Amino acid sequence: MAGELAATGLRVRAHIARGTFHLDVDFSVPPGITILFGPSGAGKSTLLDCIAGLIVPKEGEISVGAKELYSSQRAINLAPQQRHLGYLFQSDALFPHLTAKQNIEYGIARLSAPDRDIALVELLKLFRIEALASRKPPELSGGEAQRVALARALVTNPKALLLDEPLSGLDAELKSSIITDLRAWNGARQIPILYVTHDRTEVDALGERVITMDKGKIVQQGIPRQVLDAPRKQSLALASGFENILEGIVREIRLEDGIMRVALSGSASIEVPLGHNKPGDAVRIAIRAGDILLALERPKGLSARNILQGTIQSLEQRSVTMICKVAAGANFEVHVTLSAARVLGLRPGSEIWLVLKTYSCHLVS
Amino acid sequence: MTELFLSFRLAFLVTAILLVLGTPLAYWLSFSTFRAKFLVEAFVALPLVLPPTVLGFYLLVAMGPNGPLGKLWLALFGHTLAFTFTGLVIASVLYSLPFCVQPLVASFERIDPKLLAASRVLGANSWRTFRTVILPLSIPGVITAIVLTFAHTLGEFGVVLMVGGNLPGTTRTVSISIYDHVQSIEYAAANQLALTLLAISFVLLALVYGLNRRVGVRWLAN
Repeated sequence: MAGELAATGLRVRAHIARGTFHLDVDFSVPPGITILFGPSGAGKSTLLDCIAGLIVPKEGEISVGAKELYSSQRAINLAPQQRHLGYLFQSDALFPHLTAKQNIEYGIARLSAPDRDIALVELLKLFRIEALASRKPPELSGGEAQRVALARALVTNPKALLLDEPLSGLDAELKSSIITDLRAWNGARQIPILYVTHDRTEVDALGERVITMDKGKIVQQGIPRQVLDAPRKQSLALASGFENILEGIVREIRLEDGIMRVALSGSASIEVPLGHNKPGDAVRIAIRAGDILLALERPKGLSARNILQGTIQSLEQRSVTMICKVAAGANFEVHVTLSAARVLGLRPGSEIWLVLKTYSCHLVS
Repeated sequence: MTELFLSFRLAFLVTAILLVLGTPLAYWLSFSTFRAKFLVEAFVALPLVLPPTVLGFYLLVAMGPNGPLGKLWLALFGHTLAFTFTGLVIASVLYSLPFCVQPLVASFERIDPKLLAASRVLGANSWRTFRTVILPLSIPGVITAIVLTFAHTLGEFGVVLMVGGNLPGTTRTVSISIYDHVQSIEYAAANQLALTLLAISFVLLALVYGLNRRVGVRWLAN
């Protein structure tokens, strides 16, 4: 861990106890955006408050680069105002009695007036909020307020940035434009940014790295595809968009091929990647609805190892996706594009073949 | 008219002293995590439930030649506190304490804690956070505290009578004077004082509320 951590990274090891809730984490955040992902109640906001110094852990160490912010062993506990962090709250937390400009200037009051203006002009421009400078928070829209709040956090040149679901409640277009602005800002600075969300689409849109949390513990760390495509917990599998979670029993282990055969609760059986199981074990398999192919006839000469015959139970159009429920030994949900559904002539009752790659089947606990 | 002047002088002084002493106390009551805080809260609220005569009685004893305050004052200044204007000010500060502290506490506690957290994360210490966030957002509470303290001190009777007595020019406030006039069946004189007090109080309150509405929260914003 320590080796991969750049000199400017954020390092956190903390034990927090709040009533019956316990949080135990140990992780580091390199420069760039790292997503902290997990269901609500996982302790994500508590963790950010702890890093910012708003709550004190029972035990642990927190540092940014070489600067120690907290150390229970060495009795170091810097006050929030001494930590030089940026923190964007879930609610924008703008000061309602100050204008947008005064809000942004709040953290740089110690700079001389000319320096303040230089810092301000750049950010007002980057976040396209020049026209809002003299408005007060109640006169700003949700997206505008979040831009101002982000500018207020960034203008202080923080050593690390904490973002607590900063874009919840904004539409997709606004979201991606704010994220683009944030990336542009961090391009030259390369500070660690910890971005909390429970929204899978944000993870896909943002992620260089992702840390998943559940019930006060870190479950996995890695790049989004590794972590979210192979969730080890069912609660995370559902949260990260695996529509199919199937129960099954391990029938056969083929170590040399790196696979095992699993009999699903219906009559079907499929090949999945090898897990730490033995024959007879009950397992759960998560499959994305978009990872399943449909064919009108039994396909031949495919590399995919799982080909199941079934019947379409229902079809439902959801925006540009057709959602097919298919009974094929077990019940599957399959997502195809509208044009694919049209060309294949899918209708309830149609006979259909399902095609699943072995590596699209993920074992979850 | 000396009674009127005396009453207003007392009310101004007590309000000023209570703002200086009451604001830190209210801040502490709002944000401290001290466990026995409820004891201080109860003490502050005492004058609301005690008959003024009870408070006045103990203050009189404390300020007399054998009381701790009285002895101290005697050693320092050569006279006791009872039946003096200074004694009256001290008694009134205690008697009006909840009228200043409680509105302040109420408005401090209404502020979104996220705003205070944001201020600290942005580098502001407690004093700057108080000056630039808490106070500007508590202006209506501060004005309520000022008005209530002033009005309550102006109208007090029991404590003044117990501690100050009825010395013309020193401790004879308007309310005591009106009572005196009524006792002597001088209704015209009582009416003249009462009416003047009523008019001045109304004009003062109207001014404060009008100003509060017009200027609102922008007062200390910068």
